Amino acid sequence: MSSKVLIVAEHDGTKLNPSTAKCVTCARGITGAEITVVVCAADASAIASQAAQLAGVAKVLTVENPANAHLLAAVLAPQIVALAGPFTHVFGPSTTFGKDLMPRIAALLDTAQVSDVMATQSPTRFCRPIYAGNAILTVEFDGAAKIVATVRTASFEAAPNGGSAAIEKASVDAALPTHTRFVAVSAAKSDRPDLQTASRVISGGRALGSADAFKILYSLADKLGAAVGASRAAVDAGFAPNELQVGQTGKIIAPELYMAIGISGAIQHLTGIKDARTIVAINKDSEAPIFEVADFGLVGDLFQIVPELERLIGA
Amino acid sequence: MKRILVGIKRVVDYNVRIRVKPDGSGVITDGVKMSINPFDEIALEEALRIKERGGAEEVVVVTIGPADCQPQLRTALAMGADRALHVQADGVIEPLVAAKAILKLVEREQPLLVILGKQAIDDDNSQTGQMLAALWNRPQATFASKVELAEGKARVTREVDAGLETLEVDLPAVVTTDLRLNEPRYVKLPDIMKAKKKPLETLTLSAIGVEQKQRLKLVKFEPPPQRQKGIRVKDAAELVEALRTKGLL
Ligand SMILES: Cc1cc2nc3c(=O)[nH]c(=O)nc-3n(C[C@H](O)[C@H](O)[C@H](O)COP(=O)(O)OP(=O)(O)OC[C@H]3O[C@@H](n4cnc5c(N)ncnc54)[C@H](O)[C@@H]3O)c2cc1C
Ligand SMILES: Nc1ncnc2c1ncn2[C@@H]1O[C@H](COP(=O)(O)O)[C@@H](O)[C@H]1O
Repeated sequence: MSSKVLIVAEHDGTKLNPSTAKCVTCARGITGAEITVVVCAADASAIASQAAQLAGVAKVLTVENPANAHLLAAVLAPQIVALAGPFTHVFGPSTTFGKDLMPRIAALLDTAQVSDVMATQSPTRFCRPIYAGNAILTVEFDGAAKIVATVRTASFEAAPNGGSAAIEKASVDAALPTHTRFVAVSAAKSDRPDLQTASRVISGGRALGSADAFKILYSLADKLGAAVGASRAAVDAGFAPNELQVGQTGKIIAPELYMAIGISGAIQHLTGIKDARTIVAINKDSEAPIFEVADFGLVGDLFQIVPELERLIGA
Repeated sequence: MKRILVGIKRVVDYNVRIRVKPDGSGVITDGVKMSINPFDEIALEEALRIKERGGAEEVVVVTIGPADCQPQLRTALAMGADRALHVQADGVIEPLVAAKAILKLVEREQPLLVILGKQAIDDDNSQTGQMLAALWNRPQATFASKVELAEGKARVTREVDAGLETLEVDLPAVVTTDLRLNEPRYVKLPDIMKAKKKPLETLTLSAIGVEQKQRLKLVKFEPPPQRQKGIRVKDAAELVEALRTKGLL
């Protein structure tokens, strides 16, 4: 039987999130897979045309409904389930959007979910990290039920543009609940690159000591065109907002360059940066575990080193 | 009675260095420290605080797992839970099975809120709460960093990739906890003694009518690829030089 993959698009109402292009690459790892992207939105047209350009996508389905203005799992799940009939696989990204939604879909389909797929070995066999990435588990899907999965975005390059898939309006017949209502989202607006897609990331830890001190990292980041990240300790202490947390329970990222500044290197943090191409560690403790994974380690006081780096790079 | 149900999973303690068995059949758990999943401690703490504020009358903890989960349930009782339910089952319990089992207990206990962790730190699945909410046909508010209850509703702040999202959900509902929701209390010695007398009911999956289906075969476990050991640079200038040489600056 040939594989037909339905990918649930992530978007912010106008723009397709890059995580969707990564799901496409993951799905293309299944030999011969026919890929459909579904866009649920209040107004899907702009997002659908972005999805249609992704190389490898055969078709884009749009489901337009005012109830889809905010992507609520309880509202989206019955719509995706109503469309899932012809598909063998339903994929979404392993972002907070996908983590929230996909298990709800899986349960309604009475099937299991494979979380955080990092490789597809066959249409039914997948690799995924467990224990904060300290082990890699290969699982084989047993049975005829649909396969629901979330895709670990750091493991896949985004599918390039160059496609021209047909866009089709889908009508779904599903009762949508009203028990869940969107109230607000507070997203800090920033001109800096997005943490999840940036090619350079500078992260700070507890050692920064205050939100004010984080400014030296922002300043260096601006010089480098880098995104800023943080350890859990730094977020818990209020030095940085929660959306900057990198790690097992924060964001899993794969930048070209990752600089860990005043971060000890707990396993939960390292999980988030395993796929970084080059890791730089700056820490005053030469025994800090972060140095075991760093390509370049520098022992010293960050409050001296960071301004110096900025000066040297600027020159 | 206004009741909160809390999921408690027994997992390898987060401080343990995980090792894969040489034959690839699993990770080494013999003689390893086991604890309550950290997110579930946060779930229990939240339930206890809601009860202490008068928002609930009873906190019931639930676990599905083998007989050796009972110490973790006792710890939960010592933290302040009123009752424990232990659904005994050996072997792999997939999130869908856990969700179906919890649903059976929900039908029996009629809670106004179910609080689970956002993920179990062993399998890192992050599925059970969402699956339970789907099967129960009720709202879910995942990755919560703030929960406020008011007349038949909950207002929940969620940690999402974009920042903080606030949802309003009708009760009953499922909430899953993120790390910053609260800081769990420590268990005091007298409470451990008292907990021994609190009710702990033992059930089985078949007695509550849930089939322990395993849909994902565990083919093999492997250690992750190791990073090559890097080099030490002596100062900022040498670091900049090294990064320039690699074309990273
Ligand atoms: C279930 C669970 C999930 C978790 N998830 C995450 C997660 O997603 N992400 C995460 O990051 N953590 C996570 N953690 C927390 C993790 O275990 C660590 O506690 C945390 O990463 C530590 O943050 P830190 O390195 O900033 O702080 P610390 O461990 O306190 O390290 C601070 C470092 O700064 C160095 N330092 C101090 N002063 C200076 C100076 N002037 N110059 C240079 N260096 C200096 C010190 O030598 C030290 O190494 C999780 C924990 C649990 C239990
Ligand atoms: N076997 C279990 N017994 C009790 N609660 C569980 C069990 N499995 C999962 N849970 C709950 O569901 C949460 C998420 O688990 P998971 O979906 O496995 O990541 C956990 O933090 C627990 O609160």
